[in-house]
Amino acid sequence: MPTKTVIEAIREGLAEEMRRDDRVIVLGEDVGTAGGVFGATVGLQTEFGVERVIDAPLAESCIVGVAIGAAFNNVRPVAEIQFMDFIHPAMNQIMNEAARIRYRSAGDFCCPIVVRVPFGGGVHGGLYHSQSIEALFCHIPGLKCVAPSSPYDAKGLLKAAIRDDDPVIFCEHKRTYRLIKGEVPDGDYAVPIGKAIVRRAGTRITVLTYGLMVHYALEAAESAAAKDIDVEVVDLRTLRPLDTELILESVRKTGKVLIVHEANKTGGIGGEIAALISEEAFDALDGPVTRLCAPDVPAMGYAPVFEQAFLPNASRIEAALTTLAEY
Amino acid sequence: MATVSGDQAKHVALGLDRAQLLAMYEKLLVARFLDERMWVLNRQGRVAFVISCQGQEACQVGSAFALDPDTDFVLPYYRDVGVVLVWGQTPLDLLLALFARAGDPSSAGRQMPSHFSSRKLRILSPSSVVGTQIPHCAGVGLSIKLQRQRGVAITYFGDGTTSQGDFHEGLNFAAVHKLPCIFVCENNQYAISEPQERQMAVRDVAVRAVAYGMPGVIVDGNDVLEVYSATREAADRARRGEGPTLIEAKTYRLVPHSSDDNDRRYRTSAEVEEWRTRDPIDRFKAYLLGNGLLDEHEDAALRASVRGAIQDAADAAERAPSPTAADLYAHVYATPSGR
Repeated sequence: MPTKTVIEAIREGLAEEMRRDDRVIVLGEDVGTAGGVFGATVGLQTEFGVERVIDAPLAESCIVGVAIGAAFNNVRPVAEIQFMDFIHPAMNQIMNEAARIRYRSAGDFCCPIVVRVPFGGGVHGGLYHSQSIEALFCHIPGLKCVAPSSPYDAKGLLKAAIRDDDPVIFCEHKRTYRLIKGEVPDGDYAVPIGKAIVRRAGTRITVLTYGLMVHYALEAAESAAAKDIDVEVVDLRTLRPLDTELILESVRKTGKVLIVHEANKTGGIGGEIAALISEEAFDALDGPVTRLCAPDVPAMGYAPVFEQAFLPNASRIEAALTTLAEY
Repeated sequence: MATVSGDQAKHVALGLDRAQLLAMYEKLLVARFLDERMWVLNRQGRVAFVISCQGQEACQVGSAFALDPDTDFVLPYYRDVGVVLVWGQTPLDLLLALFARAGDPSSAGRQMPSHFSSRKLRILSPSSVVGTQIPHCAGVGLSIKLQRQRGVAITYFGDGTTSQGDFHEGLNFAAVHKLPCIFVCENNQYAISEPQERQMAVRDVAVRAVAYGMPGVIVDGNDVLEVYSATREAADRARRGEGPTLIEAKTYRLVPHSSDDNDRRYRTSAEVEEWRTRDPIDRFKAYLLGNGLLDEHEDAALRASVRGAIQDAADAAERAPSPTAADLYAHVYATPSGR
């Protein structure tokens, strides 16, 4: 099976879906001639033409709004927002429009759009090229939100998102784009939305995480294993709807939970998962549901020391696991 | 009443026959009488909220008649009773929404009244946040062009909406891509309480079209045939692949912003009364009478019939069943779990 990077997998997923279904279009800033600032759409305009791979004006609300409009008339748009930090001007179109069109029309209309958006830090992006605001989307019924960690999932979830009849926010951790390589089959496949996966089976502590942090958690789990702490790492993959069955199954097995994300702690997805576990699996718990998250400051600063201080990493995850193991 | 001198050839020049003119007139009357009935129902305490089209019917009916509801898409705003009547919604449809009944075809009792929507009729579901439909209109235009369809996309909004970023972004996109779109500003001169001079430093919304590279057309929004003419020209341009048009229809809202508004706080009754003398329906009636296309007897009969049908529809809507609490949970995602 060929080995690919996350960005190559995304590009391949887009191209295959555009070949499969001529209703699929791509629009965003710099996605055409330039092939995207991260290269996710390189070659697509050459293959599919300017009508299907559209260099949009620099206006995020418009990019999403146009996608919604096109979706009203049988088109399946994939909009790219250059950085999650830049998606804020489009929030009204995403939250008030895309998320509610099915509901407000009592199922008469749907809004099958995908908004691809790079998120996360570790790339010297400072305040406005590093944000992780995925929890905001997870708060809104009507939206789906996915965050793959591997090339296989990036391609498979992207295909599922494009084929989905509801709006999907597709969060791509930009640090994984070229860092993470993995096997990606050539043939067609989709990874179902709403399904988490156990990346490492273990018995004593469950780590629940997504995106880049999956890789740090796996690294930490190996270090912890040397101390006889057998850790299970669950890659959530979809943040809304959460795979509650798999989460609770893992918690009932281990009795201890560490939730890791690089989004800010307060109001993050971790709080939601902690509440879910408390409500549904309280009797299985053998220690406090613990969160390891970014601190509640507006963002990671540009200076390397700020970035390192902000982001969870393998050694911090291992330290949290050690503390939790002692309960 | 307006004089008809100079107007004699207007409909002839437009190629409109008597049947078409009377169809327009009937829609104007239905829109007005339906709106009046909604206010009565509100003041009687039977419905919670009304938002009004009164005074703006010619902008709505005139423009909608210039298009083809079988091929064209409409993205209305909350005053567009006249538009959606031409597009195929019925007084009963609108009254079911007014009473928040399960049978409300726009949203099954979910949205506030006048959030018109129907996939079958190509009326695209709006929210209450003004201006979001303008990029949607550009997107529909893009989809029409992409799929080589014949249609055009027309959207409507008030003068207040032209302050929104989505107005600028949507018009800009449509112009850059030469999309088959028509943007109709029903300039009623107020954004709730704020007069136009508090909203913009230009006298005409239409001049903003220059900034996007599209024609900006100003019409008398209380003259149904002028609105029709300008919209038809815009539609022809759009279908020829020459891109979008911004139409500014100058008009006036004859009643408060909504049933919860008191317009005496921001405008005088003298001002409103002055605009009542330019009522678009009275003007069109005078035109029809002056051209021998209608007589007072026919007019009285038509008005009585329209009022009767609206009363019947209101009674039917009031009797129709409400949604159930369980309906609250439906249609969040394509499947109940979202998976």
